[in-house]
Amino acid sequence: MSAPRWLIAPAVLGLALVVLPLVALIVRLDWASVPAAIASSEALSALTLSLVTAAAATGVCVVLGVPLALLIARAGSRLAGVLRAAVTLPLVLPPLVGGIALLFLLGRTGLVGASLDAVGIRIPFTTGAVVIAQSFVALPFLVIAVEGAFRTAGVRYEQVAATLGASRWTTFRRVTLPLVAPSLVAGIVLCFARALGEFGATALFAGNQEGVTRTMPLAIYTAFNGGGIGQSTAIALSLLLVAVAILVLLAMRSWREDVAL
Amino acid sequence: MTGLTANVAARRGAFTLAVDLHAASARTLAVLGPNGAGKSTLLDVLVGRLRPERGEVRVGDRVLSDAAERIHVPPERRRVGLLSQAPSLFPHLSAQENVAFAPRAAGASRIGAREEAVRLLDAVGLRGLEDRRAARLSGGQQQRVALARALAARPDVLLLDEPFSALDVSTAADMRMLTAETLERTGTTAVVVTHDVVDALSLGHSCVVLDAGRVVDGGDLASVLGMPRSPFVAALAGMNLLAGAAAGDGVVHTDDGRVLRGHEIGVLRPGDRAFAAFPPAAVRLEHTGVVGSAPSARVTHLAAMVEGWELGTAGIRVRFRDGLLADVPPAEFASLRLRRGDRVRLVVPPEAVSVYAAGEPVCGADETSATVHDVGRGRLR
Repeated sequence: MSAPRWLIAPAVLGLALVVLPLVALIVRLDWASVPAAIASSEALSALTLSLVTAAAATGVCVVLGVPLALLIARAGSRLAGVLRAAVTLPLVLPPLVGGIALLFLLGRTGLVGASLDAVGIRIPFTTGAVVIAQSFVALPFLVIAVEGAFRTAGVRYEQVAATLGASRWTTFRRVTLPLVAPSLVAGIVLCFARALGEFGATALFAGNQEGVTRTMPLAIYTAFNGGGIGQSTAIALSLLLVAVAILVLLAMRSWREDVAL
Repeated sequence: MTGLTANVAARRGAFTLAVDLHAASARTLAVLGPNGAGKSTLLDVLVGRLRPERGEVRVGDRVLSDAAERIHVPPERRRVGLLSQAPSLFPHLSAQENVAFAPRAAGASRIGAREEAVRLLDAVGLRGLEDRRAARLSGGQQQRVALARALAARPDVLLLDEPFSALDVSTAADMRMLTAETLERTGTTAVVVTHDVVDALSLGHSCVVLDAGRVVDGGDLASVLGMPRSPFVAALAGMNLLAGAAAGDGVVHTDDGRVLRGHEIGVLRPGDRAFAAFPPAAVRLEHTGVVGSAPSARVTHLAAMVEGWELGTAGIRVRFRDGLLADVPPAEFASLRLRRGDRVRLVVPPEAVSVYAAGEPVCGADETSATVHDVGRGRLR
């Protein structure tokens, strides 16, 4: 059965809402200035920092998020509900609030930061802080994607593996993980994209120091506010970020088709 | 000697299982039972998913569960394999990788495991399909891969849980033969849990009958099926079963007031509780009004009321209101012109009626057996 015809109007409007701003961005672009803007040392250092920190944050999210997703998927329904709500908190929280919260936890006078400071470890306003802020906002994307897959896969194949003499670690590695591989890839891509675009928490918790914590979004913000470079640079940098994001999405598509059964 | 011995009690919710059974080395024990008899609880205990409350499970001298000693070996270290109704092949692996899974998990080299897998797949008739994934194999082929995969783990005991019930009739027949031959060839100790008598006949060297969590009958299949001690086994064996008291010389006074003449098996004293069993095909039907053969030492007459009929495997199967059955050739059935509610006479020759004690079964002297308590007592009321 096809959908009611009048639903086309809001659907098209929705699409326009997503696509038109990007079109406007491209229209405003001064193509002549693009090579210089992108090749500038500031832009390159911001891009490098962004890719490195987003990759690191994605790594952190995989290492912590996959076990967490498995824990939630195998927990009783009540506990799973509580855990899931907790994990999705960064998703509904404004990133700025997340940044403040991270400062209160890991800042020099923070809950844990005070003790760290006592032994000479300072996290805020370092590249490490960028990775932590990005992990904080990106973790829910990975956990949600993978948790659903773990739940759908169930324990049937794990039980079979046990009767075949496979240890729990072997079963996890050779059965549980491969079964959720397509969802894991999707989760990784979403996680990476979110980390790449992260701004608010990073700005508050890590600051805006070139080469250390000034990732692409912060560089764009700085450029747009006239921090020496100007709007056309900001637009060019934005376009670069959009291109990277699209590349990541395309990579995911081909990967998922490989993995699909 | 690597026979399986399970003398255990386990609880799941309100259900209690208490069994004592033994599957001899390189033999297959069939566990028969109606739905809810405790078959899946038994399997979970044997495979290690359910910890028994009392007793122990052993394979040879190796203890798998011992409630008193608080020993409970986890499923992955039991060397107890399971072939279920659903093949449950790993969907992300090819047939060959599925079979190679257990050897790889046990530390075999990639090449060694692959060779083993190819050999086992060939043995179950799947040469040429090694690289297919489960989704591209038929149900019967998937179950063949599952059998090869289970055997690749070289289990000390292989459990089979209604292994053919999800297959269509002809595929099930093929798979049943293949499984029987494979178990025989590999000398695998096995327990097949089923409510299908053909499974038990094809695979089992002996059987136990489970009901309400207890073993109610057991021994070699011929004696268990030939002398049923419960309505469930009588139905499996396709026999009519009546309970009563022995009156000597093969005569049984049934609990519903009838007199049956048969031949006695085993020792039976007058007054002993006894069963009388006879196949529906041995029954001849007569209308009550018709002057037929007089009741004598040579035949038994049983009065019964027709309940209905359907096509049976041995002619028309007529069902009577008290649960008795008769198989009548179609031509004879036509000449009888039966209607529902008709009163008829079942004429049963004594040589077709087995009469035996309701107590301990006459167990065959086979090495795979079950201890049977309280068999059949009052089971027909």
